[in-house]
Amino acid sequence: MSLDTNTPQPIYFGREKSRTNTDKTFSSIVVVASFSSLFILTAIMLYLATTSWSVLKTQGLGFITGSVWNNAPDVQIFQIWPMIYGSLLNGVLGLVIAVPVSVLLAIFIVFIAPKPISKVLTLIIDILAAIPSGLIGLWGFLVFTSTASQWAELLNKYLGWIPIFGNESEQFARSPFIAAWVLAIMITPIITVVSREILAQTPKELMDAAIGLGGSLWGGIKMVALPYARGGIVGGVMLGLGRAMGETIAIYFVLNLVFDKVNLYKILEPEGGSVASMIVAKFGEAQVEEVKALLGAGLVLFILTLIVNMIANAIVSRYRNEEIA
Amino acid sequence: MTMETTQIKPASNLDLDATGVRVPSSVKDKLPSDAHNANVLLETKDVHIWFGQRLIIEKVNLAFPENSVTALIGPSGCGKSTFLRILNRMHEFIPGAALAGKVFYNGQDIYDSKVDPVDIRVNIGMVFQRPNPFPSMSIKENVLSGLHLAQLPIENEEEIVQTRLERASLWNEVKDRLDASASSLSGGQQQRLCIARALAINPKILLMDEPCSALDPGSTRRIEGTIRELSSDMTVVIVTHNMAQAQRVSDYTAFFLAEEGAPAQVVENGLTEEIFSRPKDPRTNDYVNGLFG
Ligand SMILES: Nc1ncnc2c1ncn2[C@@H]1O[C@H](COP(=O)(O)OP(=O)(O)OP(=O)(O)O)[C@@H](O)[C@H]1O
Ligand SMILES: [Mg+2]
Repeated sequence: MSLDTNTPQPIYFGREKSRTNTDKTFSSIVVVASFSSLFILTAIMLYLATTSWSVLKTQGLGFITGSVWNNAPDVQIFQIWPMIYGSLLNGVLGLVIAVPVSVLLAIFIVFIAPKPISKVLTLIIDILAAIPSGLIGLWGFLVFTSTASQWAELLNKYLGWIPIFGNESEQFARSPFIAAWVLAIMITPIITVVSREILAQTPKELMDAAIGLGGSLWGGIKMVALPYARGGIVGGVMLGLGRAMGETIAIYFVLNLVFDKVNLYKILEPEGGSVASMIVAKFGEAQVEEVKALLGAGLVLFILTLIVNMIANAIVSRYRNEEIA
Repeated sequence: MTMETTQIKPASNLDLDATGVRVPSSVKDKLPSDAHNANVLLETKDVHIWFGQRLIIEKVNLAFPENSVTALIGPSGCGKSTFLRILNRMHEFIPGAALAGKVFYNGQDIYDSKVDPVDIRVNIGMVFQRPNPFPSMSIKENVLSGLHLAQLPIENEEEIVQTRLERASLWNEVKDRLDASASSLSGGQQQRLCIARALAINPKILLMDEPCSALDPGSTRRIEGTIRELSSDMTVVIVTHNMAQAQRVSDYTAFFLAEEGAPAQVVENGLTEEIFSRPKDPRTNDYVNGLFG
C-alpha cells in the first residue's frame, strides 16, 4: 500500500551523464587552453614583478607618484607619474574623438546607408583595422602632423581662452592633441566594427514596433537599437582604450615625451607622456637598474590595462543584468 | 494634437454572445455590401507592390469604412503582411521595396511628398504577428513608449496606462505590477500589452497582422472581444489565417490569392457574411471551406 516502497529513487541528470567521449576530449582541450592563457598572463606578470622588484623597492611609492627620471650613476631616481598620466590622457582624448565617429559610422552602416555603400564602408574599415600601428605612426609623423598642427593652431587662435586650448610654447607639433588623433585613427575601426556587429543584431521586430508607434528612424535607433547595443558598444570602447593605452611606436613618433613634468591639460603644448613609448625611448641606452625600472613601468602598464578591462567587464555585465532584471 | 481619451461604450449597447464576444453583422445590419458605399476612412487605389524586380501584389482596390473591422485572408506568402505595411508606410523601410497606386486616408494621399510618415503611423497604428514589447522597459513604460516616440504630450500618465490596459483587457492581470519588466509577461499578455501600447497614441485605424497566431484559445477570445469593442470607435484591419476568427470579428472580408507564378490579387471582397455563406468566386468558396490546394 505505502507509496514509499514502490516509488523508485530519482536519478538526477548530472552534466557528466550525457557526455560522449568526443565531448570529454573536447572539454579537456578547452580547459587546457583556457588555463594556459591564464598561465601565460600570470607568468608575464611574475616575470615583470620579480625582475623589477629590487628597483621598485628602492624607489618606493614615488615610482608611480613622482616626476623625476635620472639615470646618473650617483642619482638613480626612476619615477613615471607623467607617463602614467600621459597614457590615460592620450587614451581618453583619443576616445573623445573616436567614439562619436565610430558609433555614428556604425549607425550609418547598419541603418541608413544603401547596401552597396554599407558593403564598401565595411570593407574599408576592416582594411583600416588591419593596418599595423607602426605604419600609422610613420604616416602620422611624416604627413599628418603638419595638418593636425594647423588645426591645433586654429583651435588655439579662436578658442585659446579655454584653458585646455592654451599654448605658451608657440609650437604645435608633437602634442597630446596630435597623439590623440593618431590613436583615434587607430581605434576607430575596432570600435566601429564592434558597434556595427552589435547594432546589426537589433531585433527587427523591436525596430518595427518603434517605427510603427510613430517613431522616426532616429527615434527607433535611440529607443531600441542604442539601448540594445549599449553593453557591446561600451565593451568595444574599452577594447579601444586598452589598445590606445598600450600603443607604443605610433605615439613615440608623434608625441614629445617629457619625463620630469606632468602636462595636466594643456593638450596643444608639445609635452606629453606614454608609459609604452617611454619604454621604447629609453630601452636602447638603459643600464642595469634603469632596465629594471623600465620593466617595472611595463608592469604598471600591464596592471593599468587589466584595470581598464575589469571596469569594461563590470559595465558590460551591469547592462546585461539590467536587461534581465 | 490633442489627447482625448475615448470612452468605451457600455456593454449593454453591444450584442454579446455567451463568451462575451459581440455577435457580428446582426448589429451592423446597416452596413452596405460594398464597402465603398460606406463612410470610407482608408482606401487603396490600384495598389501594386514590388520587392526589387518582383511584383507581388497587383491592382488592389479596397475601401475600409469608419468603425468597421475588415479581415484580410489568403494563403501564406500571398502578400497580406506586405499589403498591411503599405497602409501605414512601414513598407518603405525595406530595401528595394516599391509601390504604385495610391492610398488615401481621410481623402489624403498618404504617400504625398507633403505628408509626414510619422503622422501617418501615429494615426494608423500597427500590432504585429509576434508580440514585440520593448523587453528592457516596464509594463507601464511600454504603454507610454509610443507617446515618447511620437513626441506627443502626456497629460495624465496613470489614466492613459489604466484606460489602455483596460481596453486591451490586461489591466486586471497587471495592475499590481506595472513596474515589472514586460518580458516577465506570458506571450498572450505581451500581445495584449502591444495592443495597449498601440492604443495609447489614439490611432484612428489599427492594423493587426495575425495578432492571435501565437496565442492560446483563451487569449485569442479575449483579443477578439477587444477588437469588437475597439470597432465602436476605431477602424480595424486584421490579417488572419483563422476562418472562424474572421467570421467572429470582421464586418468585411477581402480574399487575397496569388495564382502560380503570378502576383497576388484580391479575388473577392465584401461583407464577411456574404463571403463566407454565398461566395461568388469558386476559389473563395474552396478557401473559406478549407478545400484549397
Ligand atoms: N523583405 C523581403 N524581401 C523580398 N521579398 C519579400 C520580403 N518580405 C516578403 N517577401 C515576399 O513577399 C511575398 C509576400 O510576403 P508576406 O509576408 O506579405 O506574405 P503573407 O501573406 O503575410 O504570408 P503569411 O500568411 O505567411 O504571413 C512572399 O512571397 C515573400 O517571399
Ligand atoms: Mg504575414
